[in-house]
Amino acid sequence: MKKFSWRGLSIIIFVCVTAFFLAPLTNLNLPGWWAKHKLKLGLDLQGGMQILLEVDTSDLSAKDASSAVDQNITIIRDRIDQFGVAEPSIQKLGENRIMVQLPGASDYQAAENLIKQTAMLEFKVVAQPDEAKRIFDIIDTNVAAIIDHFPDLADLKEMDKAIAPDDSLGSDIMAGKGVFSSFIRPGQLGYEVQYSDVALIQKLLADSLFQQAVPLGWQIALERAEDSASREDRSIHVLSAAVELSGADIEKAKIEYGSSTSSDPRIANKPYVSIQMKREGGRKFERVTQDNIGKRLAIVLDDVVYSAPNIQERIAGGRAQITGRFTTQEANELAIVLNTGNLNAPIEPISTSIIGATLGVDSIKSGTIAGLIGLLTVIFFMVIYYKMAGLVADIALIFNVGFILAMLTAFGATLTLPGIAGIILTIGMAVDANVLVFERIREELDAGKTPRSAHEAGYDRATITVWDSNLTTLVAAIVLYQFGTGPVRGFAVTLAIGIVGSMFTALVFVRSIFDTFILSPNRKTLSF
Amino acid sequence: MRLLKKTNIDFVGIRKITYAISLILILASLGGLIFRGLNWSIDFTSGVAARINLKAKSGNVANVQIDEFRDVLKQNGFPEAEIQYMGDMENSIFQIKIKSAESKEEVDGDTKTAILRIVAENFPDHVAGRDMNNEVVEEIYEVGPKVGGELRANALLAVLISMVLMIVYIWFRFELSFGVMAIAALAHDVIIVIGVFALTGKEITIQIIAALLTIVGYSINDTIVVFDRIREDLKLRRKEPLENVFNSSINRSLSRTVITLVTTFLTAFALYLFGGSVLHDFALAITIGVVVGTYSSVFIASNLVLDLNRSLGKEKQAVQGLTRRK
Repeated sequence: MKKFSWRGLSIIIFVCVTAFFLAPLTNLNLPGWWAKHKLKLGLDLQGGMQILLEVDTSDLSAKDASSAVDQNITIIRDRIDQFGVAEPSIQKLGENRIMVQLPGASDYQAAENLIKQTAMLEFKVVAQPDEAKRIFDIIDTNVAAIIDHFPDLADLKEMDKAIAPDDSLGSDIMAGKGVFSSFIRPGQLGYEVQYSDVALIQKLLADSLFQQAVPLGWQIALERAEDSASREDRSIHVLSAAVELSGADIEKAKIEYGSSTSSDPRIANKPYVSIQMKREGGRKFERVTQDNIGKRLAIVLDDVVYSAPNIQERIAGGRAQITGRFTTQEANELAIVLNTGNLNAPIEPISTSIIGATLGVDSIKSGTIAGLIGLLTVIFFMVIYYKMAGLVADIALIFNVGFILAMLTAFGATLTLPGIAGIILTIGMAVDANVLVFERIREELDAGKTPRSAHEAGYDRATITVWDSNLTTLVAAIVLYQFGTGPVRGFAVTLAIGIVGSMFTALVFVRSIFDTFILSPNRKTLSF
Repeated sequence: MRLLKKTNIDFVGIRKITYAISLILILASLGGLIFRGLNWSIDFTSGVAARINLKAKSGNVANVQIDEFRDVLKQNGFPEAEIQYMGDMENSIFQIKIKSAESKEEVDGDTKTAILRIVAENFPDHVAGRDMNNEVVEEIYEVGPKVGGELRANALLAVLISMVLMIVYIWFRFELSFGVMAIAALAHDVIIVIGVFALTGKEITIQIIAALLTIVGYSINDTIVVFDRIREDLKLRRKEPLENVFNSSINRSLSRTVITLVTTFLTAFALYLFGGSVLHDFALAITIGVVVGTYSSVFIASNLVLDLNRSLGKEKQAVQGLTRRK
């Protein structure tokens, strides 16, 4: 009696747990704490984007590296929350990788920019034109000494020699005669670089060797292109390297629109980002503006100058504006990244994928149809082949499919397309344990045993087989989970749940139904 | 109802023939692997893959032909792009693959953006009135070389470790020669399925890796059931020649083997017919794998155990090792 009650209890628990986690999938009106346990659909089923980022921690110590990754995750989560994506998933993968999944997001360009922007905001004073000229000359001298290390520049020098052997031609449009300053010419406000040379200059500025050629205390930076598509010349600035104010001094950034009557053409009728500084930041700002009246103050984000307005007077109150012919969306993103702070270590996307919602809907539809057809075929087959016993096995099969879905929900796993395929296959394979038992019972019946003892013997013998065959597969599933990544892991979870479910339904569930309802002690025949 | 009444097939006797069939299949597969190689998807190499739907909303616009699309991509800086139809030509769904240059370490959005622009500019009639990000570009992904190589290495490592542990488990529960041969049969099944993919040039995607893992699970399960029966029968019939016991064990478990094959095959085939274009190759791999897996556990695995122990002259020890333990 005692053994029987244990079995009954486990079946009740099995059914209740399954029902509990399956209920949210229906349209019942459940309380929030219950309904939130809902099976999550993978991006391949509901559409959206996924970015795998790698955090570059090569400059940090092991301890800092780990915390930098965690802080980056917090910052990215903040940015995405403010950007407004429902149910984003941001996970740490391995040591220094971050997986970001944004279901339903379709403007991936914006999302990608938002996530990967380091957002290092700095205010720096711009050198006066004559000072800048002096810096360019020093750079020329320094670069000339190590010109062999800059193959691009060395080529240019040779070309220049060929075109203008005596340096007479075109020298009037150049601010200097050296290799570097040959790119630079005076513009309306300060210096400019021709559009065709922008890519080369960007490469140079990122080169650490070139950075050493820039005299200490100074920095060269390009101004942001006003419109990324236009082929216009870009301003180049010489900045004092001292950081007057940084992102840490910002209290709050927000997007605003300039009125159409504004006298400043940079903000009239255009969105811009207004910054409110913290108390300390406001004081610093006041001091900087007081000390540098008549000079220009550059607002630098990730080493690109966004704007460099003239300081006309001391500015109190700690308010500033970042202008730069933004679109509304760009201004909005900039405000978000400024509010959430800058990333502690640079990140690079190493793989991205975007799946349209349409494809996902189609996949769910065809997956469900294939699943139902497979399920019905197997159900019919079992009933025809094993009659009553087949029907019992079919009930177990349906419970088993429910159990897999319920356990995936319980573990917070995500249902993907390969996952659906895995479940459909489990339908075919899950009946195996029952088939093993049934075939064995048939054999025992053939040997002339009574229904009851054939049933007992069949279960006793087949149980060993079921354990051995399923445990071997379970060993494989556990290893795959332990060592696999991403999709392989998801598959291992589905496989393991399927194995446990099919063993339980066959050895406990089906057997109990037989014992309780079908095999009355004095039954003489058994339909198999 | 019964499909198979008491069978008495001489599985052990015909093993030379079945070995030969397996050998031919394996050689063909290895030949395919060596001479044609595997068509790894972007997931495992690196580059950009996209699935583009150019079915126009208005019925008056002629379908885009694949050559037309290829020319457009060629003229816009992607001469090396591979392009093919997904499903029926009528649906105008194209799969594009652009492998990235070896030197590129990270992904940038450039190639993706370029493809979006090229499609929008060159097929305005087909794109008109449809959501570019959702309906036209059904799927697009870009994988950096770091990730691709790692994914391949990790999947391989996971499979190898699980094979070793399965040998250990079977060794513990049965006997070493059974463990080794169960894995040999497993390798046989996986090689043949991979061979089909090499010979047909079908793409190895992450889904296909999942399919191969399913086959591993199915095949080992199937083989163990037969082994289990051999173990049980050997305990009762120690005096009989091994050959007879093996034969009768395989025969007695045959109806179960066939019924499980039928139910699994039915679901895999339903997936193949109705599962949609994304799952098509996945279902194909499973369907082939299930058939080959059943074949190897009936005709190959236990015969190999028999031959191995015979050639080593260790039949007696093997039987003792197998039957002594529980």
